[in-house]
Amino acid sequence: MKITLDIWRQKSPNDKGKFVRYELDGVSKEMTFLEMLDYLNDKLIKAGDEPVAFDSDCREGICGTCGLFINGRPNGPVKGITTCQLNMSVFKDGDTITVEPFRAKAFPVIKDLIVDRSSFDKLIQSGGFISVNTGAAPEANSIPIKKEIAERAFDAGICIGCGSCVAACKNASAMLFVSAKISQLALLPQGQTEAKERVRTMIREMDRLGFGNCTNTGACEAECPKEISLWNIAKMNREYYKATLG
Amino acid sequence: MLNSKIPDGPLAEKWTRYKATCKLVSPANKKKLDIIVVGAGAAGAAAAASMAELGYNVKVFVYQDSSRRAHSIASQGGINATKNYKNDGDSDYRLFYDMIKGGDFRAREANVYRLAEISNNVIDQFVAQGVPFAREYSGYLANRSFGGVQVSRTFYAQGQTGQQCTLAAYQALMRQIKAGKAEMYSRRFVMDLIVIDGKARGIITRNLVTGEIERHGAHAVVFATGGFGTVYYLSTLAINSNGSAAMAAYRKGAFMANPSMAQIHPTSIPVLNDYQAKLTLMSESLRNDGRVWVPKNKGDKRNPNDIPEEERDYYLERRYPAFGNLVPRDVASRAAKERCDAGYGVGSTGLSVYLDFRDAIKAQGKQAIADKYGNLFDLYTKITGMDPYTEPMRIYPASHYTMGGLWVDYNLMTTIQGLYAIGEANFSDHGANRLGASSLLQCAGDGYFILPVTIGDYLSEEIKTPKISVDDPAFDKAEKEAADKLKKLLSINGTQTVTSFHKRLGHIMWQYSGMVRNEEGLNKALKEVNELREEFWKDVKVPGKIDEFNHELEKAFRVADFFDLAELIITDALHRKESCGAHFREEYQTEEGEPLRNDEEYMYVAAWEYTGEKSAPKLHKEPLTFENVKVTKRSYK
Repeated sequence: MKITLDIWRQKSPNDKGKFVRYELDGVSKEMTFLEMLDYLNDKLIKAGDEPVAFDSDCREGICGTCGLFINGRPNGPVKGITTCQLNMSVFKDGDTITVEPFRAKAFPVIKDLIVDRSSFDKLIQSGGFISVNTGAAPEANSIPIKKEIAERAFDAGICIGCGSCVAACKNASAMLFVSAKISQLALLPQGQTEAKERVRTMIREMDRLGFGNCTNTGACEAECPKEISLWNIAKMNREYYKATLG
Repeated sequence: MLNSKIPDGPLAEKWTRYKATCKLVSPANKKKLDIIVVGAGAAGAAAAASMAELGYNVKVFVYQDSSRRAHSIASQGGINATKNYKNDGDSDYRLFYDMIKGGDFRAREANVYRLAEISNNVIDQFVAQGVPFAREYSGYLANRSFGGVQVSRTFYAQGQTGQQCTLAAYQALMRQIKAGKAEMYSRRFVMDLIVIDGKARGIITRNLVTGEIERHGAHAVVFATGGFGTVYYLSTLAINSNGSAAMAAYRKGAFMANPSMAQIHPTSIPVLNDYQAKLTLMSESLRNDGRVWVPKNKGDKRNPNDIPEEERDYYLERRYPAFGNLVPRDVASRAAKERCDAGYGVGSTGLSVYLDFRDAIKAQGKQAIADKYGNLFDLYTKITGMDPYTEPMRIYPASHYTMGGLWVDYNLMTTIQGLYAIGEANFSDHGANRLGASSLLQCAGDGYFILPVTIGDYLSEEIKTPKISVDDPAFDKAEKEAADKLKKLLSINGTQTVTSFHKRLGHIMWQYSGMVRNEEGLNKALKEVNELREEFWKDVKVPGKIDEFNHELEKAFRVADFFDLAELIITDALHRKESCGAHFREEYQTEEGEPLRNDEEYMYVAAWEYTGEKSAPKLHKEPLTFENVKVTKRSYK
């Protein structure tokens, strides 16, 4: 099939950037979206043009590297997948597809479709861990944890740090990302000792890094490729009240 | 000449004795010592965090934008430990034995036993760090089985165990960054290793954002750079996984051990089309409940659900009744290839077999299967559009893991003083074939519990060495060579893309140096790789400039190294005139098609020394001695 691509091109962080249109023939429905971009780049390189810079690594939806804003949505039109899991079969011959980087103040563009998400690392540094040094751990079965609790912690812990939640949010809030970590660790007995300190420092850091506030639109949950639940934000808020009022 | 430095004493006491007698560095001196860690997946992040906790100054380098993305994140099925929570007769010795046998008697006894010994500490550590492992209704930890063993010792978090463990190590590292004990250099590619007076003293990196070539010095260097299965182009690895750091170390004098020992994993989603850039694994844990089969009739194109029981060939159960669907990976892969080559394969290409959950769903119910494998089933559906709850999965082997890697001694030090290799980057624990759920264990074991101890033994001699100056001529020379190589790649301005070369290289490797090898094919591969490399250096087209973000230039640098690595892999595969584990030479097999080892001549680790660009590598042998197991024919029948 033949498709038209409007792709955001930006040479460097300080460049203004613009959309550039590409007509691409010979796209197969069997390609993934990123394989389609590989195919485009192959043509651009052969024609002596500069390929489109985009990030990807595992290409199986787990590393969180590849997020793109496709037709106005993080990771495109299919729910519950990363960009690398998007297949071209969802598009039709003659479609025009707009491709942009994830946009947020806390995610500056490096080049074309690649953004700097190191602010997520900084968020984890501010408290997204349990302070146990290597060697200090007790026997693994010494603390039984209810199956449902462990599963709920797992459901929060599967966040891949891709930034789709931030890109989807009109305020560019990182609430879903932060709450998933806070919730995972606060649910587990081993994380409860530091729960109050953790929620305070992580929320403070989120504000400092320029992420916006949460106005409860739920766009983050809707666009999260791992379908992390808004329940985690509610849990984080409870933890925050406990930490600040209690 | 190779000294593996295995401590004296009985097997079960070696590590204890080592720890009791190794040299230590005082807290005051640790503060003065710098360590570089390259790669921060499960092994690198665990090591970096643990060494920073001890007080060393740690600098971490990753090519990704964040160390949370390292490919350990994609490890699915689980992590082994000898807790014996199931009361099924497990012990350190049994895990040790399973790994030695699984590796077809080509791994080093002392290293493997140590890993079994610390396996429980690894689980304890991960649980304390908040890894939400699966639990029973009682609240205690759950276990499942993996291939090649008869006990249930695998801890898991659905099909995302690697993700949860890697994030735990990542978070431990983030905590040390916040504490100012570790420093992160992301989007950095290691171009060379600096060796001064025989000791590893730093690295040359390229800043992938600015293109700048940078120098970094340290008292010791740790490579936790993973495996190089991407030499086959299509693999289950991340597409940017590579062998460049390992090759840089090799060229500087680190021996490369058993490079041909490459694991082809039996249960990957098959190749679907020509554009495909990578393959996705379906965890081995699925073989706990899934039954592998092909039709008994050649070219049977019926819907699999319409093929009656008596017309199905459950070939693993037929050939290996004792282990059935849970035979080790090398065995399962070859058996799948054998059926497909014989014309019984399914799917449009005939290059796949069924992995069927019908019976398990009937016996246990859909919910029980969903609890165990739900996210893997979803992943499969997303990629193939097919529903494994109602029709069997289609799977085929794919390049997955490299047992071979940089040669290390008991300290995990390479043949270069002060250069360590941990995790998949080294060769030490898996012999000729790795058992499932032992990779995360090795990464975490090396990173949390082994390296932080053994590196002290070396650094105790370095406490008087001042900060390593990056003005040393060795840095000048390496930086210039790195820049020259990049300039050369950019100057060729040929007609073919980097990826097209990588694809062709992968094809040669898969064809002649994959699951099945023979002398004629390997010689042909050697010739073809050499020709392709020449063509590459004459006709590759790398756009852009050196001093900017340039993905194609990164790729070109890696592919250039893959050629040299491929040559080394083939050389190793040619020299080993026996079949063992994943290395199957057609000339050496039993009448039943099982691998035929040659213990008299090949019971050694082949460690290759670089001797120059144009000359053949030199073979060194580390003889393997087995004092604690009886060396037997490896059988799963």
